[in-house]
Amino acid sequence: MAVKEPSIKSMKHEDFKDNEYIDKLVEELNATGANVMVGKLDQLINWGISNSLWPLCFGTSCCAIEFMCLGAARYDMARFGFEVARNSPRQADYIMVQGTIVHKMAPALVRLYDQLAEPKYVIACGGCAVSGGPFKKSYCVVDGVDKIIPVDVFIPGCPPRPEAMFYGLMQLQRKIKLQKFFGGVNRQEKIQDFFRKHPSEAGEY
Amino acid sequence: MSVKDCISKICPSATFEEGDILLVNVPAENWRKLAEELKHNPELNFDVLTAVVGMDWKESLGVVYYFTATSHKWEMLSVKVAVADRENPYIHTVSDLWKVANFQEREVYDFFGIKFIGHPDMRRFFLRNDWKGFPLRKDYDANPALNPIPTDDEKNEDDTISYVEQPDGTIKGIPGKVFKEGDYVVNVGPQHPSTHGVMRFRAAIDGEEVKKVDVVSGYIHRGIEKLCESLGYPQILHFTDRMDYMSAHQNRHCLCMCIEKAMGLVIPERAVVIRTIMDELMRISSHLLSFGCTAMDLGATTAFFYGFREREMILDIFEKTCGARMSMNYNVIGGVIADLHPDFVKDVKALLAIMPERLKEYHKVYSGNIIAKNRMVGVGHLSKEDAINYCITGPSGRGSNWSNDCRKKHPYAAYDRVEFDEVLLDGCDSYARYMVRMKEIEQSCRIIEQLIDRIPEGDIRAQVPKIVKLPAGHWYTQVEASRGTFGVYIESDGGKTPFRVHFQSPCFNLVGVMDLCCRGNMIADLITIGAALDFVIPDIDR
Amino acid sequence: MFDFGIVTNWINDLLVGCMPVWAATLIECVIIGVLILLAYTVLALFYILYERKLCAWFQCRLGPMRVGPWGLLQVFADMFKILIKELISLKGTDKFLFKLAPYIIITSSVVMLACLPWGRGLQIIDYNIGIFFILAVSSVGVLGILLAGWSSNNKYTLIGAMRSGAQMISYELSLGLALMSIVVLAGTMNINELVAQQERCWFIFQGWLPAVVAFVIYVIAATAETNRGPFDLPEAEHELTAGYHTEYSGIHFGFFYLAEYLNLFIVSGIASLMFLGGWMPFHIAGLDCFNMVMNWIPGPIWFLAKAFFISYVIIWFKWTFPRVRIDQMLALEWKYMMPFALVNLIVMAVFVAFGWTF
Repeated sequence: MAVKEPSIKSMKHEDFKDNEYIDKLVEELNATGANVMVGKLDQLINWGISNSLWPLCFGTSCCAIEFMCLGAARYDMARFGFEVARNSPRQADYIMVQGTIVHKMAPALVRLYDQLAEPKYVIACGGCAVSGGPFKKSYCVVDGVDKIIPVDVFIPGCPPRPEAMFYGLMQLQRKIKLQKFFGGVNRQEKIQDFFRKHPSEAGEY
Repeated sequence: MSVKDCISKICPSATFEEGDILLVNVPAENWRKLAEELKHNPELNFDVLTAVVGMDWKESLGVVYYFTATSHKWEMLSVKVAVADRENPYIHTVSDLWKVANFQEREVYDFFGIKFIGHPDMRRFFLRNDWKGFPLRKDYDANPALNPIPTDDEKNEDDTISYVEQPDGTIKGIPGKVFKEGDYVVNVGPQHPSTHGVMRFRAAIDGEEVKKVDVVSGYIHRGIEKLCESLGYPQILHFTDRMDYMSAHQNRHCLCMCIEKAMGLVIPERAVVIRTIMDELMRISSHLLSFGCTAMDLGATTAFFYGFREREMILDIFEKTCGARMSMNYNVIGGVIADLHPDFVKDVKALLAIMPERLKEYHKVYSGNIIAKNRMVGVGHLSKEDAINYCITGPSGRGSNWSNDCRKKHPYAAYDRVEFDEVLLDGCDSYARYMVRMKEIEQSCRIIEQLIDRIPEGDIRAQVPKIVKLPAGHWYTQVEASRGTFGVYIESDGGKTPFRVHFQSPCFNLVGVMDLCCRGNMIADLITIGAALDFVIPDIDR
Repeated sequence: MFDFGIVTNWINDLLVGCMPVWAATLIECVIIGVLILLAYTVLALFYILYERKLCAWFQCRLGPMRVGPWGLLQVFADMFKILIKELISLKGTDKFLFKLAPYIIITSSVVMLACLPWGRGLQIIDYNIGIFFILAVSSVGVLGILLAGWSSNNKYTLIGAMRSGAQMISYELSLGLALMSIVVLAGTMNINELVAQQERCWFIFQGWLPAVVAFVIYVIAATAETNRGPFDLPEAEHELTAGYHTEYSGIHFGFFYLAEYLNLFIVSGIASLMFLGGWMPFHIAGLDCFNMVMNWIPGPIWFLAKAFFISYVIIWFKWTFPRVRIDQMLALEWKYMMPFALVNLIVMAVFVAFGWTF
């Protein structure tokens, strides 16, 4: 079954940057090939996930205020169905790291990431989360959250405008639309891998 | 008798340095005696401890204290205490005299390793307990291998230590515990929707009642003060926008004023007025956000959206002139970076025209609501004495009827030529704090109204040399930021980079009263009190 | 009014005619079961979208817009997402109770839904103590919340569960008393008969003052019963992150989410049946032409419209008022609403005894 480029309502494919990445993903998917049934189911599930991304409330500094603007009336992320911000990581779909992560916060962020239920995504939002930003040279700043957790989308800016955040979220949607749910992101090995690394957490799991 | 004479009588070994604020050099062993006199002697009566600045002068470590006497026309005084011992520096605490020193001294300990004798709880404040070294010391080893990114969870820091001077002069550490055995401790934060960022409170509760709150800070401590020491003066300006991002203009204004004072620079009139208008716009925007967040924390989500609707108008004004919605980076040394946008006056007038009516709407939607009143009236009592003792400035202090507005006490920029009232309420509770903010929006509108048609023509910036160098010395400036008095301390050794920069943020003091305000209230009130005090975490942690 | 009993009886006769009675009953049970679950899901999805759109409009926003026309498919996307989310099982929890809790909640709300008649004859069981049964089943839900909070081994969930227990048990009193006022007026607990008596005039008009008071008390108590704002303390997002269901993920959380919205429909449905005449159309004595037009509108639509209207009011509460505090909430119930409801019950009895009703 041929996989097509993911489409986003009222945004043309050419309007996006970094299309090489998406094209490569499409190519890869087409090369491996998939059963029509599985492929269609994958598409349905990916449609569901990509249109129902519930954020975890996680703001450390300035970017969080812009994220609030994103939810407020002018930008209204509810239009995309992103407004159900969950405070419990178990129920959220992605962390948008908004702001600097410092050494003291790093274990907490990793823990939050571990607490998210699969499938889960991470967006590094703002210069600090991407690379440490203006605080890069500080003694206790993590220069880039990708050092501690895997990141799906980077949104630069200090802080990024709400439009930039939308753009980042749409890029995440595009990426999700090309993922393989069966045999892909849904792997149980990931979980087992975690418990291999953290045997003390395993208990009677 | 002047302050100087009075101090030399109490402590003959003290030496004085004149400046815009009188500096007293006191030997460490006489410090405690002087401190008691400063607080209790009616001739001195310095009842506010404005700032505590830890210092490393390479040959010695020490602390510079800034005091204000509210009864003597807000006269300021600074005291320098130094100790030569770098291994085990000890200074007597003043946290029992001025309660605000409790967290301030913990910060100094965290950064410089100075131990305060008699302090009840000498733990680190910002950094983890397993942190090696004291980062703001000049000889700090910044090797990342020493302090790698931690992967293990932080231990609950229940063990405290208090240093007590024995009769024979030796100093002994007495261990203690934060919580009693069997306390039911609920952890709020660092990731929690109502801490306005990444603050962490550990609350011992009995049923729904809060018995004690332990503040654990530092989850967004970015080491700004240390970073400043390696950057030139124009380069450090942008940090202020990112500390209290809701007072970006005011904070930056303060830092610029401090550098300008040191350089002896005169600012063009146009820039002065523009800065004042921008400060007040920022204050309105901040109070609108505070209104929205207070409402949202108490469950009235809709009011939040109404506050943000008007805030967007202000952000548009900022964006047109400064080029950014947040982190404007607008003030520079000598003036402002760019001239006003042609639409500026029109946009501001449009904002002023709708604000009174919108404020009425807010009161209708939220402030007048019986549930909101029940949730806030009488919750989080903070008396005027406590407000002064804990140095709670800004709207929160004025909600306790303490007149502390820096714009009135030490007028700066264009505030001496505009008419406005300092809003004072005597409720001493969360509702009073909240209402002060709402009324300050009106006053800010009033200030802007007076200035908007009187922006003088002329330069927007004074002539500033390419490389800014300050003469050797130290300076302290204050402005009234959205959340209280924001102070900047700069010490220079004559070079291109500052020797030490300290930001005295208002929110740092606000979080100090959480324990006092929350005791005896319910868990839900913890959220109310936090929302009404309205602290911004990056401003606390810096 | 069209009697749906004709249709159901016809199906029954058809089935009994071609197979033994036990097989017919079995098939009927399966059909009914499927229908209920279907109605449950559709209603819950509708309600989720309904609330999201409504709250967006209250807040000068647009709400879901981009998934499907006017965002209609948004809830389906959410459903697919929730269905495939990982179910996290936690260390230190009571595994059995942890997994049982969402099912208790969902079962209780499904049973309540099954008791509501949507039109004449469009009902599963015609109990003679229908309203009493609904009240009894509704109290089972709180058990699920308590178990969820306790078994999660988390302090937030425990506080949320305790609050919920205190709240639901207290407000059940005034809820029950408000409904009892109507039972006194009607003299029956059978829901069908209750509705039938409102053909001439709805109970809220028949019983005038005490009925209106009972209605107001009922709506407030129902808001608290469904844990919705301003009484959403058990899940008070800004205090307890997500309250009693903090530790639940995936479809287990989905069950809590669905049950919350379905409970909203159920309490609105009960209000519609007890106060606003259920599937009975709106009649004004004397205006025959108007009454004729009203009669043309089918019963289930009347029932749903009334239920949606009351839900609208409850949603409106949530997005307008701040949250009350636990002590204020209990004070409101025990100091004001419960005594008031008791007095109201007596007043109603007096009214009925003296025949001062319409």
